[in-house]
Amino acid sequence: MDDLLKDFLTETSESIATLDLELVKLEQNPNDPDLIGSIFRLVHTIKGTCGFLGLPRLEHLAHAGENVLGKFRDRELEVMPDSVDLILASIDRIKEHLAYIEQNEKESPNGNDEDLIKALNAMAEGKPVAAAKAPEPEAPQKADEPAATPDTSADASAEPDEFGFVPVRAGDIATLEENMGNTSKETPSAAEAPVAEAAAAKPGGAVPAKAGPEDTGNKLAAGASVADQSIRVNVDQLETLMTTVSELVLTRNQLLQILRGQKDSAFTSPLQRLNQVTSELQEGVMKTRMQPIGNAWAKLPRIVRDLSHELNKKIELQMLGAETELDRQVLELIKDPLTHMVRNSADHGIEPPAERLQAGKRETGTITLNAYHEGGHIIIDIIDDGRGLAASKIRAKIIEKGLATEGDLASMSEQQILQFIFKPGFSTADKVTSVSGRGVGMDVVRTNVERIGGTVDFKSVSGKGSSFSIRIPLTLAIVSALIVECQSQRFAIPQISVVELVKASPTSEHRVELINETPVLRLRNRLLPLVSLRKTLKLGEENIMAEGEAFVVVAQVGNSTLGIIVDRVFDTEEIVVKPVAPILRNIDVFSGNTILGDGSVIMILDMNALVSHASKVPNTATQMQTSASTQSARTGGKQSLLLFRAGDGAQKAVPLSLVARLEEIDRKTIEYSEGQPMVQYRGKLMPLIPVIPGMEIPKEGSQAVLVFADNERHMGLMVDAILDIVEEHLQVDLSTRRQGTLGTSIITGKATDVLDAAHYLSEASQNWFGEEEGSFEGTSSRRVLLIDDSPFFRNLLTPLLTVAGYDVTAVESAAEALKMQEDNVAFDAIVSDIEMPGMNGFDLVSTLRSSEGKWSKLPIFAMSSHATPRDLERGRQAGFTDYVAKFNREGLLNALHETLKQGGLRNE
Amino acid sequence: MSNLPVSTESAEDKGQNETEGMFVTMTIANQVFGIPVLKVQDILGPQSIARVPLAPPGVLGSLNLRGRIVTAVDVRTRLGLPSLAETKKNMVVVECAGELYSLAVDKVGEVMSLSNADFERNPSTLDPRWAEVSSGIYRLEGNLLVVLDVSRLLQFDQSRAA
Repeated sequence: MDDLLKDFLTETSESIATLDLELVKLEQNPNDPDLIGSIFRLVHTIKGTCGFLGLPRLEHLAHAGENVLGKFRDRELEVMPDSVDLILASIDRIKEHLAYIEQNEKESPNGNDEDLIKALNAMAEGKPVAAAKAPEPEAPQKADEPAATPDTSADASAEPDEFGFVPVRAGDIATLEENMGNTSKETPSAAEAPVAEAAAAKPGGAVPAKAGPEDTGNKLAAGASVADQSIRVNVDQLETLMTTVSELVLTRNQLLQILRGQKDSAFTSPLQRLNQVTSELQEGVMKTRMQPIGNAWAKLPRIVRDLSHELNKKIELQMLGAETELDRQVLELIKDPLTHMVRNSADHGIEPPAERLQAGKRETGTITLNAYHEGGHIIIDIIDDGRGLAASKIRAKIIEKGLATEGDLASMSEQQILQFIFKPGFSTADKVTSVSGRGVGMDVVRTNVERIGGTVDFKSVSGKGSSFSIRIPLTLAIVSALIVECQSQRFAIPQISVVELVKASPTSEHRVELINETPVLRLRNRLLPLVSLRKTLKLGEENIMAEGEAFVVVAQVGNSTLGIIVDRVFDTEEIVVKPVAPILRNIDVFSGNTILGDGSVIMILDMNALVSHASKVPNTATQMQTSASTQSARTGGKQSLLLFRAGDGAQKAVPLSLVARLEEIDRKTIEYSEGQPMVQYRGKLMPLIPVIPGMEIPKEGSQAVLVFADNERHMGLMVDAILDIVEEHLQVDLSTRRQGTLGTSIITGKATDVLDAAHYLSEASQNWFGEEEGSFEGTSSRRVLLIDDSPFFRNLLTPLLTVAGYDVTAVESAAEALKMQEDNVAFDAIVSDIEMPGMNGFDLVSTLRSSEGKWSKLPIFAMSSHATPRDLERGRQAGFTDYVAKFNREGLLNALHETLKQGGLRNE
Repeated sequence: MSNLPVSTESAEDKGQNETEGMFVTMTIANQVFGIPVLKVQDILGPQSIARVPLAPPGVLGSLNLRGRIVTAVDVRTRLGLPSLAETKKNMVVVECAGELYSLAVDKVGEVMSLSNADFERNPSTLDPRWAEVSSGIYRLEGNLLVVLDVSRLLQFDQSRAA
């Protein structure tokens, strides 16, 4: 019998048995709310489960009953003796149905419950009940079919057609023949009967399949019903039993260990028997908790079927090894991850039929679930023959979600990139469908699986499909663990995470090396990051290099591999995981503790926590930035700033990205023209600007100069000393603004003036290049609208564009810009930031492009700190004329110049 | 699991009388302490205690008591007294919220029956570290007995986050 059905019957029989006792009380006390409540709950559960199991008759009856009971419960209806009769009758009818289902594993197709349902509905509407009708199917019929009454047979006759299978009871054969005769005539009414859902249950069976008498025989022989064959045991009880057995196993291990050291002991043979019995007992107890994995799969075919309809795909679900048993507890925990992964395969993996045909595949995609045992573990494979995981799609998503930068990704292998699907908040579905794409996904799967000591692995071949492999321990109670020692203390490492053991010593092939005190190990041409147990657990002074010999336990946690440095490695033991005491529970590196065979207590290491500990160790090497040329302009909201000292001795800063070069100039080479210092630089004259106007320049020695380059023009800013390059969030206090300074900010703990490079640029242009060179031809009257929420950039770009000869209006939001459009302010070009509070640049440009006004045809330039090829593409699609990186001022000027020169007259 | 004939459930039932009745006495730094006898599961001699790395101060480690893992707690540390090497030799095993803890003390005394008449609240001037884990004082002949509140003694996270 179907396990689901069995469970349903067991559960319902139990509830009804309990109710039976109380039903008697109902007559005496018809308005007992508790009683009504519990009957209501029972009927409600039956209704819900029936829908799921495809038992329409029972469902309808239960539904009608629930309606009435609901009203009683909510006190909308008074419980009268009549109604008690009706309720009792309904419960009896339900019992009959259940008895039938238990016998035949399906609902009786014969007869119907219209009589009761009508009565119940009438009662629900508050009409007086036809009392005589209610108690009709009482005791005498008990196991027999209610349909036996002729008045119902007509309706029932429609049903054989619907179901494709037929009545079974001896007493019904006659009725059946009559029914068959009536079938054609009655069919139309079947369409009305709201039972369509169940039709799929048994496809077109032969007509009078089972012989009635045989059936009756079965019934007598069966005697004990399903409900009697199983007993319900509290899970706690099983849990205690399991623990006790586990203790026994440990004691046995201990005894065996002692025995191994002794020859010809008199205990040998009894101990061997004890050994055997214990193993059997352990197995037996484990079995009580074991369930076939098929239970966790039961809902999947339906889900896949629904999905394939919803997504218009053809999907076939193959389930292999459904009988593979595993611990109930484990089963519960992997149910959801499994469902999720199958959904994922259906939604993301399998392509629509057309695409499949095009790729030369079968139209119907296959998802295969395969479960099998492998050395104390259960492996569950979820394989689909779909399109596989597209690395390019994942890559784009990673950047979009800001999980890593383009640069980071460039240095990653494809496999590493694919691992990002396990990161929180990752989902590659283009759209959020009801199926997937909500961003809770594989990370939850992995967390759940890892919580029970399992691992998730996956392979993907683009175009061929992907295969996920979940590896979980058979049971959570006993695990195999590697015992290691560190500073004379022993610890257990769950065997499932251990990949290999490496002995490392300074003289051997394997040697622990240090990168800025971070130990690593060369292993088969790869660098393996190492975690020192001693350091992580604060067991003693860290001194790896002097230590000489060490053992490295190579462990695989999720998809990261790392080595754990320990002093010694013992052998593997079966251990019983016990939770740690509450006062120690906040120490996350331990997943539990256990008692070893020799009776000592040891802690079990939580490998996941160790890994996260390891990655939390700050890597000081990467924090020190040294090379100016390789700096990325911004990293995660921070900006590289060049710190220097000039003039009044205060620390000053300028965005590093604006500085082209740092030069040391021999002061003897400085020349003057009209009092303006300058220097020959790369075959041209470069004006030198002091930070503080009128600053004295000594005649001797060398002068530090920050070279700002702009459109083939150079400007040197003379400073006293270059201090450092730092990564900082630039928060400028603009209220202290003065000429040449954007404001003051706190950098490296000191008040620092942030220089307005543009101010000095314009100073150099005016003073040196003169009007005719400073502006582009014919651009002097061009009006540019600059939209940027950052005052820093507005202040930087406004002078820059002004210097280049544009008439600049700067606003700080898209809303302001749109207001100016309404006011018909005319511009020749727009330069807009992308990321802005409120409306962003993409939305702004789409709004402008789709608007009626003059602005719809303006050249609009996007300017953003994110300037990946993807951004560029998105920018162009949104309607931007060009997309310029925020620090590429030259690019911006060129773009403006070129565009306005070519199509410059389009707005006039 | 315990071999002691007394059940801990009865201790719960008589919770309101916790400060009256039979007490197991112990000495720490010459001060007599008492724990209601029904809370006590066992008295242990020297044990091998496995240290627990990263454990909060006051936790000596774990030990194996007939197949159950017991967390050993140094009462001295909890009271702000310097720890002694030999304290690990005398331990009183108590149960708290289903878990076993073994309290390391200087010396374990005897079982005493005390009358409610001799009971007093903590004096207001008592060191807060002591007041926190003491549920009152009994006046004995010649000395005073501090009643240890086991559950508060074992509340580590709030009082002293390591």
